[in-house]
Parts: sequence; C-alpha cells; structure tokens
Amino acid sequence: MILELLRDVLGWVLIGGGGIFVVIGAVGLNRMPDVFTRMHATSVSDTFGTGLMLAGMMVQAGLSLVTAKLLFLLLFLWFTGPVVTHALARAAMLAGLKPVVVDDPSVEGDVAKGEKS
Amino acid sequence: MFFAGLLAVLVALGLAVARALRGPTTFDRLIAANSIGTGAILLLALFGFLTERPEFLDIALAYALLNLVGTFAVLKFFRYGALGHEGIDEEEENA
Repeated sequence: MILELLRDVLGWVLIGGGGIFVVIGAVGLNRMPDVFTRMHATSVSDTFGTGLMLAGMMVQAGLSLVTAKLLFLLLFLWFTGPVVTHALARAAMLAGLKPVVVDDPSVEGDVAKGEKS
Repeated sequence: MFFAGLLAVLVALGLAVARALRGPTTFDRLIAANSIGTGAILLLALFGFLTERPEFLDIALAYALLNLVGTFAVLKFFRYGALGHEGIDEEEENA
C-alpha cells in the first residue's frame, strides 16, 4: 500500500518535472535571439525533460521488458541529441552564421532587438 | 499523471511548430524539426502508458532512429545539394 503511494508520488514528481523542463525548452526555442542560443535552449528539454519523463515512466512500469525498452530509448536519446546538435552547429557555422554577442557594436541595447524575424 | 505529461508535451510541440513556421534560417527550422521529433517520441510513450498498451514504445524507438537519420539527411542535402555527395569539401580541406 505504502509502496503504491510512493510509486505514484515519484511518478507525479518525475513526469511533472519533465513536463516543466520540456515546456521551458520550447519557450526558449521561441524566445532566444539566434540559432546557437536556440540550440542551447532545446538541449535542456532534450536531455533533462525526456530524461525525467522516461524515468517517471520507468518507475510506473516496474521491473519488466517495458523498463528495458524505456532505458534503451533514454540511452539512445542521450547519445544522439548531442551528436545532432553538434552537426547542426557545425553546419550553421560553415554556412556563415555568426553567433550574436552582447558587446557586438552592431547590436544596440537589448540583444533580442538585433534580430526581428 | 500521464495525461498531465501529455498536455505539457503537446504545448511544447505547438511552440516548436511555431518556431518551425517562423524560423528565419534553415537551421532554425531543423532545430525545431528535431525537437518536434523528440516531442513525438515522448508523446508516443506517454500515450502508450495512458491507454495501458506499452507496445507503443516500439514505435517510439523506431521513431527515435528515424529522427536522427532524417535530421542528418536534411543537413547533408542543404550542405551539398545532393544526398549522394562524398562529403569532401574544399573549404574544409583548406581550413
């Protein structure tokens, strides 16, 4: 009985925390000023949001094949996320995009004002 | 709890779609596409748990593999203009 309660509380905490991180990452994707900072924002949701959510599902699933599948999914996401981000950043740099820096003389005041899409 | 997680992932997916439609460069759209893919994986897993059919996890795994390959394919296509290019670039050799 107490174990069930503990499992439910842990599941709520982990899945709720993961949901918060996923939404924060998506908000950052919209709010950040240039490509590189947007990548930084999505890496939060890619590693921590998915990690917490899948951990919560593992707690709910108990010890079974489902947990093994979730573990594989988690490991796969954690290995491929940085690889994709690295490839994207490299391609963006080679395509000639420059990161926005705060003390760039062409950007006055608020960094977000420098780029209006 | 799975429904709460599902709602959070759906909100995140909506925001990522907004960035994909708005994004000024190709790379912005690609970042958004990659994050949509991650969101879809989470959505599939959560939906499987919500309907008590965890077999959806197999689809989620397949989607994770496709997401990686798809992003690299699009990156390569926009870099070289063809997927069959050997990948040797003059800029890189000189650098």
